[in-house]
Amino acid sequence: MIRRLVVLAAIGVALAPLPLLLPPAQEAVAVRALMFAMMAVAWNLMSGFGGLFSFGHAAYFGLGAYTTALLTVELGLSPWLGLLAGMAVAALFGVVTGYLAVRYRLKGAYFALATFAFAEMLRLAALNSELVGGAVGLTLPVTGEQGWWTLRFDVGDPAYFWVALLLTLACVATVIVLLGSRAGLNLVAVREDETAAAAAGVAVVRHQILAIGVSAALTSVAGGFYAVYYLFVSPDLAFGPSVSIQAILPAVIGGVGTVWGPLIGAAVLAPLSDVAATVVRTPPEFLSFLQGRSGLDVIMYAVLLIVVVLAMPRGLYGGFARRSR
Amino acid sequence: MILRMEGVSKAFGGLRALDAVTFEVERGTIHAVIGPNGAGKTTLFSVISGEQRPESGRILFDGQDVTARPAHLRARAGLVRTFQLTRPFPALSVLDNVTVAAGAHLRTRKEAVAAATGTIERIGLGAYLSRPAGELPAAARKQLELARALALRPKVLLLDEVLAGLTPAEREPMITLLGELRAEGMTLVLVEHVMPAVMRLADRVLVLDRGSVLAEGEPAAIARDPRVVTAYLGEDSDDALA
Repeated sequence: MIRRLVVLAAIGVALAPLPLLLPPAQEAVAVRALMFAMMAVAWNLMSGFGGLFSFGHAAYFGLGAYTTALLTVELGLSPWLGLLAGMAVAALFGVVTGYLAVRYRLKGAYFALATFAFAEMLRLAALNSELVGGAVGLTLPVTGEQGWWTLRFDVGDPAYFWVALLLTLACVATVIVLLGSRAGLNLVAVREDETAAAAAGVAVVRHQILAIGVSAALTSVAGGFYAVYYLFVSPDLAFGPSVSIQAILPAVIGGVGTVWGPLIGAAVLAPLSDVAATVVRTPPEFLSFLQGRSGLDVIMYAVLLIVVVLAMPRGLYGGFARRSR
Repeated sequence: MILRMEGVSKAFGGLRALDAVTFEVERGTIHAVIGPNGAGKTTLFSVISGEQRPESGRILFDGQDVTARPAHLRARAGLVRTFQLTRPFPALSVLDNVTVAAGAHLRTRKEAVAAATGTIERIGLGAYLSRPAGELPAAARKQLELARALALRPKVLLLDEVLAGLTPAEREPMITLLGELRAEGMTLVLVEHVMPAVMRLADRVLVLDRGSVLAEGEPAAIARDPRVVTAYLGEDSDDALA
C-alpha cells in the first residue's frame, strides 16, 4: 500500500508541469483524461474489485454535477462545498439503490440493468424538473470572483488541470488505502466467492454496499468538476448512457481490477477521442467523406475495445504486468 | 454438549433432504457423519453453518439458539465449515485467502497477516504462501480450505470430506492433524467416505439415510449394525465395514 502511494505521488509530481508544456488545446485533452480517470478508478472499485458490474455510473456522475451546479447557481456557494454535497448525495443514492439491488440478489447482467435503470430514472427526472432547468439544463456563471475558492479561472488556465489532478490523485489514493485495509481484502474475497466469504466470517452485503457508496462518492467528484469546468450541465451530459460508458471503457481497456489500469486507459482514450473529434471537424483529403459526421469516436472506441479484449483480455496494464512477471 | 440439532428439516421442492434430524455433539469429540450419496450430509452442513435455513427445527450452538443467525456471524462465533468442492478465492494468494478468515477476530490487516502466516505454516502450505489459490494442486487446495477454517479459531469445525481426493500418503498427515485438533479441545464434525479413517478417528458416528437419522453410536457398534450395512452397501455384504 505504501509503495503504491509513493508511485501515485510520483505520477502526480510528473504530471504537474504538464499544462505549462502543452498548448491550451492539448491541456483541455489532459483535463478530459483526468475526468475519465476519476470515473474509471471509481467504477473499477465497485465493478473491478467488488465484482458488481455497473452500467449506470452516470447516476453518480450526474448527481455530483447537478448538486455542484445547483449549489453554485442558486446559493452562490463555493464549488468545493458543492463537491462535498455531491459526494454525500451520490453516496446516499448509491447505498440505497445498491442495497435494493444486492438485497434482492440481482447478479451479473441483472444487476447491471438495474444500475442502468436507476441512471435513466434520474435522467428523466432531471429532464422533467423545472428546479434543475429541465431539458435546457443549468448554466454556471462565467463571471465573478476568480480563484481557488470559487474554482473560476480564465479559459485555458493551468489551474483547471491542477484542480483535476488533485482530485484524481485523491480518488486514486482513497482506492489504494481502501484496498490495503481489511475491508478491501474482504471486498475482493466477496467478489471471488460470496458463499466462501461468508463462511470465512465476512459480512457480504455490508462490503458490497461500502464499495458502491465509496464508488458513487468518487464518481460524483468527476461530475462536480465537470460542472465547474464546462460551466454547463444537462440531463444527457450528466445522466446519459454515454457517461456510464465513459466510466467503464478506460477501466476495461487499461485493466479491470488493477489499480493502475484505469489511469492508463484514461491516458489512451482521452487523446483518441480528441483525434476522432478533430478528424470529423477537419478531415484530411482522403477522408473528406467524414466531414461533419458524428459517431466516429464511438467507432474508434469500439474497435479499440475489440482489439484489447481479443489481444489483451486483462487490459493494457494487466497484459503487460503479466508478461513481465 | 456444544452443538445440538432439534428436529431440523429441509426440503428442496419435493425432496426431503433433511427430515426431522436430531442429534448432539459433545465438546472435544470427533463426530463422523456417514451415509450413502444423497443422504443429506452436505445439506446438514449447509444448514448448521447458516448457508441454508431449515424449514423447521432449531440449531443450538454453545448454549445459544443460532437458527436465525446469518452464516458470517456463525463463522465468527466459532461454528466453521469447509467445503467438499474446495472454494478458494482463486485470484487471491494463499496468504490473502487465510488473512480474510484470520481478520474476523483481529482489528488490523497486519495482525491478520501475522496470524494467517502462522496457520499456513502449521498446515504445511508455507511453500505456496504467495501463489494465487487458483493455481494450487488439488491436495494443496484441500489444505488451504482447512487453513482458512482454522484461522477463524473454530470451536466446532465442520469438515466436508477433507480426505476425499487425497492419496493414502497425503491422508496420513491430515489424519494426524485432526487428532491433534481434538487433543487441543476442538470439536470436529466430519462428513467422510474414507471408512478406515472414520473408524480410527471418530468418537461417535451418525448415519444418515435419505434425510433421516438411521443410527447413532460408537464406531464399533455402528459397523455391526445390520441396518447400516444394508443401507450403505445393500444386502449380502455383512462385514464390509469392519
